[in-house]
Amino acid sequence: MNTLSENVLSGIDYASISRKNRSRDIIFASLGIFVLFIAITTLVALFLDLAMRGAPRLADPDFYTSFPSRRPLDAGILSAWVGTIMVMVVTAVVAVPLGVAAGLYLEEYAKKNWFTDVIEINVSNLAGVPSIVYGLLALGLFVQTFGMGETVLVAGLVLALLILPIIIVSTREAIRSIPSELREAAYGLGANQWQTMSMYIIPAAKPGIITGAIVGLSRAIGETAPIITIGALSFIAFLPQSPITGDFPFISFEWLNSGFTVMPIQMFGWVSRPQADFQITAAAAGVVLIIMTLAMNALAIYIRYRARKS
Amino acid sequence: MKKHLMFGAVLAGSLVAQNAAAVDTVQVDGSSTVFPISEAMAEEFGNANRGEIRVTVGLSGTGGGFKKFCRGETDITGASRPIRPGELEECKKNGVEFLELPVAMDALSVVVNPQNDWVDHLTVEELKKVWEPEAQGEITNWSQVRDGFPDRPLNLFGAGTDSGTYDYFTAAIVGEEHSSRGDFTASEDDNVLVMGVANDQNALGFFGLAYYLENTDKLKAVPISWKGSEPVEPSKQTAGDGEYQPLTRPLYFYANKASIEEKDYVEKFTEFLFQEENAELVSEVGYVPLGAKVREAALRVLADREVGTAYEGSEVGVDVVETLNRKKHY
Repeated sequence: MNTLSENVLSGIDYASISRKNRSRDIIFASLGIFVLFIAITTLVALFLDLAMRGAPRLADPDFYTSFPSRRPLDAGILSAWVGTIMVMVVTAVVAVPLGVAAGLYLEEYAKKNWFTDVIEINVSNLAGVPSIVYGLLALGLFVQTFGMGETVLVAGLVLALLILPIIIVSTREAIRSIPSELREAAYGLGANQWQTMSMYIIPAAKPGIITGAIVGLSRAIGETAPIITIGALSFIAFLPQSPITGDFPFISFEWLNSGFTVMPIQMFGWVSRPQADFQITAAAAGVVLIIMTLAMNALAIYIRYRARKS
Repeated sequence: MKKHLMFGAVLAGSLVAQNAAAVDTVQVDGSSTVFPISEAMAEEFGNANRGEIRVTVGLSGTGGGFKKFCRGETDITGASRPIRPGELEECKKNGVEFLELPVAMDALSVVVNPQNDWVDHLTVEELKKVWEPEAQGEITNWSQVRDGFPDRPLNLFGAGTDSGTYDYFTAAIVGEEHSSRGDFTASEDDNVLVMGVANDQNALGFFGLAYYLENTDKLKAVPISWKGSEPVEPSKQTAGDGEYQPLTRPLYFYANKASIEEKDYVEKFTEFLFQEENAELVSEVGYVPLGAKVREAALRVLADREVGTAYEGSEVGVDVVETLNRKKHY
């Protein structure tokens, strides 16, 4: 009966198995490249299409310095891009510190019990709530109950709420990936918990935290639904007050209370107009919005690169 | 966390200090159909009063606009239909008195593909047969619309059911507001409907006149016959003199009476809407400007501060001057 095992042993053709595995490798690699190709081609095609259609307006410097207009060829995006930047500043200032603090607390300080479990599940669920629901919340709470009006501040707050879960989750991931030896070494040297956090854990987790924050902000910049829900304007021919003033104390927060519009709303309004020339203006605004998002991502990559090097 | 608290305190401080240096601002909101008119008026009024008076325009839709207006949050709201009884109640509850001012006429055009060579006109009865709720799944072929029409599928395109355009079309054609068959391609974006009809030989659709006038090379407008009259084609001319019925409707501004009386810049803007030289702005954005008689009647309502609405609900084929002279109820 030893012939069976002999046969099996001698029957193995190692060369053919190795060849088969190698060809599988190649198939998978080509599949991956193919999928990547589709994704990138879609983005590039979309961008080029917009850029070609919007070219006449993009090439016109007045496009960036004029207010919206009923005449498609005079309509500009000044109030929209200024509004977008102001709203993003509020969002970043509110969401990043809160999100990082919450992530740090949940990961490092909170005791593991049912209460933190509930919070954890809720945070993950919040990340999947449709953005219009945040808009309705903001409309009911900030605009109607607190009477804060349809302002830059409210828009910034609602987008901050929207991206808070993203920042919390990515902060926790970043902290979790730090080897516990680092933490133990810090404690071993006599550091207390806050010293360990601020001097070792946060700096080490910085690249991951920044990436999460920028991913969140990139999502916020293109959001239309919650901003429309709180009642952002579509035609506004003035800019919010400058944050820097000539009088003491040289900084003004008046702009937070100003009415505003943002890039996606302006685009949305133009796309549905009857005049064909408005489609050109909308395409041009789309290109600017994509470039703003790409610029923000580029900034994130640069900051991460710097943080990793040091 | 202390830093955050301090930041919060600064924010709160800045909130208290608000409106200290606010420039006079007229707040307009409302219908997306009326938006191009509001925008054009706001733009020109802003240019004429640079630095002194500002006008902002929101895009909440007719219903959304009334919600804000009746809470007293806006000075003027645009509407593509008259105020509804429920909305009137809301305004009353909050003590918001308003003036109802027609600002332009809009014609709903019924359109087909340019390659459609069998339709020369349609009657309101034929349109009713196509669009009424009972037609769902039944009237699916052009040959069923009129004897002699070819045996071709009938593909329908129409305004989204949340729009004032849909409400008016159903009131005028089906005879009951907000009631029609459901198996048609509906879109809130009229450009989608334009594309749909332009690419489908068997299509029949309806939307605002401006979208037809911008796409006359891709669409064919269908003349409409009402109550046995000669078929009338939609145009600024036929809508302006009230010939194109029942698909011509007025668009409105509702102005807050307290705003007009307390803020002279709101009154100034409201008067600006009805100046003769600004009628051209209405025409420029694709709507039909009001005639001199209507403008006079509207200015009289404004001057007399005649509060309330002339309507009980949507009315079809109205004479705008007559509605302005009616006794208003509030």
